[in-house]
Amino acid sequence: MAQGSPADRRFDIAIIGGGVVGCAAARRFALAGARVVLIERGADILSGASKANSAILHTGFDAPPGSLELQLVQEGRAEYLSVHRDLGLSLVETGALVCAWTEAEAALLDGIAAQGRANGVEALRQLTGAAARSLVPGLAPHLQAAVEVMGEHVIDPWSAPLAYVTQAMAMGAVVLRNCDVTAGRFDGAWHLDTSQGPLAAGAVVNAAGLYGDVVDARLGLAPDFTIRPRKGQFVVLDKAAFAHVAKIILPVPSEITKGIVICPTAFGNVLIGPTAEEQDDRTRATVDTATLAMLVAHGARLVPALHDIPVTAVYAGLRPGTEVKHYRVTARPEQRAITLGGIRSTGLSAALGLARHALRLYEGFAAPLAPPNDVPPTRVPNLTETEPRDWQCAGHGDIVCHCELVTRREIEAALNSPLPPGDFGGLRRRTRAGMGRCQGFHCLATIAAMTAGRFETPLAVE
Amino acid sequence: MMDSADVVVVGGGPAGVAAALALRRAGVARVTLLEREASLGGATRHCSHSPFGMREFGRVYLGAAYGRRLDRAVRDAGVTVLTGHSVVSVGAGSTLTVAHPGGTDTLTCGRVVLATGAREMSRAARLLPGDRPVGVLTTGALQAFVAFQGLMPFRRPVIIGSELVSLSAILTCLTHGTRPVALLEPRDHALVRPPFTWFPRLVGVPFLTGAQVVDIIGTTRVEAVRVAHQGTETTLECDGLLLTGRFTPEAALIWQGGLQVDRGSGGPAVDQDGRCANPLHFAAGNLLRPVETGGWAFREGRAIGAAVARDLAQGPSDAEPVAVTHDAPIKLVVPNLIRRGSAGAPGFDRFQLRFDRRALGVLSLSLDGRRVWQRRGSWRPETRVLVPMPAGVAEAGHVHVGFAEDA
Repeated sequence: MAQGSPADRRFDIAIIGGGVVGCAAARRFALAGARVVLIERGADILSGASKANSAILHTGFDAPPGSLELQLVQEGRAEYLSVHRDLGLSLVETGALVCAWTEAEAALLDGIAAQGRANGVEALRQLTGAAARSLVPGLAPHLQAAVEVMGEHVIDPWSAPLAYVTQAMAMGAVVLRNCDVTAGRFDGAWHLDTSQGPLAAGAVVNAAGLYGDVVDARLGLAPDFTIRPRKGQFVVLDKAAFAHVAKIILPVPSEITKGIVICPTAFGNVLIGPTAEEQDDRTRATVDTATLAMLVAHGARLVPALHDIPVTAVYAGLRPGTEVKHYRVTARPEQRAITLGGIRSTGLSAALGLARHALRLYEGFAAPLAPPNDVPPTRVPNLTETEPRDWQCAGHGDIVCHCELVTRREIEAALNSPLPPGDFGGLRRRTRAGMGRCQGFHCLATIAAMTAGRFETPLAVE
Repeated sequence: MMDSADVVVVGGGPAGVAAALALRRAGVARVTLLEREASLGGATRHCSHSPFGMREFGRVYLGAAYGRRLDRAVRDAGVTVLTGHSVVSVGAGSTLTVAHPGGTDTLTCGRVVLATGAREMSRAARLLPGDRPVGVLTTGALQAFVAFQGLMPFRRPVIIGSELVSLSAILTCLTHGTRPVALLEPRDHALVRPPFTWFPRLVGVPFLTGAQVVDIIGTTRVEAVRVAHQGTETTLECDGLLLTGRFTPEAALIWQGGLQVDRGSGGPAVDQDGRCANPLHFAAGNLLRPVETGGWAFREGRAIGAAVARDLAQGPSDAEPVAVTHDAPIKLVVPNLIRRGSAGAPGFDRFQLRFDRRALGVLSLSLDGRRVWQRRGSWRPETRVLVPMPAGVAEAGHVHVGFAEDA
């Protein structure tokens, strides 16, 4: 990549954290005309909380009324709907059903519908159990009632942030990976010490997710929250499950968690999760056999046809919770620092809104930026089942990953893209290679050969 | 649109090739064999130290050489062979959607023979706990690293499983400068019998039965696994985890086509001719049941190919299939359907069974409640068990494979 060492670079804004929020912020600031550096400590973007979510583009129907989260989810969703076609991002218009499985849960649906309307989500309606089952016939007969929320959609959770950062890079943003910010000083400008040397920036945005409090402390900012990682485990079922789950199946939420979702994915699978498990460890997001089996059984209890459908993938992620539920967004104008913290469960939906909000906060203390005249068009390849894929187009070389129908041309394009994958996970997220039912039984060796010399953690050893 | 065919065979391993050969031998004019990889052979291509071909070709071939022999045989027989052709879906009729380097096509035919084989169960499908670093893979993937790419994914793996393929995995490691740390079997006994059970220790690989992986540790690459064994937990440092065996049918086309999956085998439900619930579809080989040798798959493919040729001549069966039922702990019975009215020798002459666990007792076959065969024995999991298929089976209204376990 043609970029000098960070030391000889001065930036208008340094964004710390290459998750979905950092990627969206990089795009928004680049669109506004800022010289942007995005700093990620992992081998690739989306190495932290953003790699594991339920891939839903929320309406905000269940967000706390009047909250910043509600405002930014809706702002982010609106922007996604207006830009997704241009960026090559898909939208699977599934809609959601909030399902009440007991009379006690059914009694809460009036309140859920009322809250949704109060939140400005008009496209919803209450359904009897029978009516809901006519929409999703696979639901178990003990369904009592449901609220249908038409505007809840499913998206590709990894291509979206990749599209944001790709557009930012096309406008000159610099992305540093494997780069840890160890300290920072503010003397009118920011001087950041990183594992790749010092760099300077006019302002900083802390989008460090699970390390939000740590990064604030390293920058000498008094942290106003403590991250309390909350683990979520998921199972992904074979594509055979997709036909049985036409909509996002949401539970009636409790005070503590939104609960376990059964959700079609943009890739044609069905995912079940997440759990909500508090832990201190910020690095390990392990799965455990008993919990995974519980999720599988849960899915089959609510959608009986899922019984015996094979598990394709399992994963776990850590959500950057804090002491309280709401977003921890702070601007420190005198230090030209913005913290986007505690983005616990709606980051994918709110990312574009959070990015706009960060720019507004920035404009509150900084001189106006000069937006570029031209925004170069950038698109990411489609990986979803709802739009044409590369394997359907002639000249793709051959199909490398048969389960996900990933072509040699797609893998080569990812490896030669402006932001090539930094590790195998990054390649999987960019192409879906190895993500399918055989989990690399057939394609891993070919991918190892194609990626030789590309990854810090190679698939083949000496 | 591609040229239509009388029969399309999906999968160019031993079963698919043998079915195509048998179809041609029976005089079926237009037989097309679709293989998604660049060469024929299926799983045998990976197995560089297993002998194949003695019974079908009268001499021994290793790995890719066997695939080349299959290729020559099937082309000599006048089969249209299309490699690099991946079947994406099988329609309710006999229409297939096929992807290939030129794009996609639709192919129609009189009958479809599915012979897509089996693969080892992934880490995810086994619901194994822990981190998800690089370095967790199956024997099939390991052997593809070695045989096709000249690469090695680890140097000090822990191996899970004690089937024949597990020993093959040890051999692949040892012959490529890789020393397994240990062989672990979650069950309390090995799945292979002596003398194979002695092999790991003979080559210096510790072999623990009743050993469960309770954690996989590693941020980027596997660093260790935690193992529970005899009431204690130990940490085994390693740089990989090799999952062997626990084969599962490659049944994606069955699942996605909404075709009937047999819950015991994980493959399609088939009758005594290898005919699926949809009478235009047939299946053969390791897709039917995990897992048999290449030679077995070849013979099975040949028999089912002949049955398909008869079916083409007779017209599609309209007989309603009868499900073959079975007792626990029998895991699967193949064929798992019976249809009336099939003339000629059936595609299967015996029922193939597998047990879920070790069991001692009387295995029996009953037709319409009448016991026609029984045998007492000690039965083992992942081991072939055969029950003769009596002449009257196709006329039975109820076929049951029973098991009475000794108290």
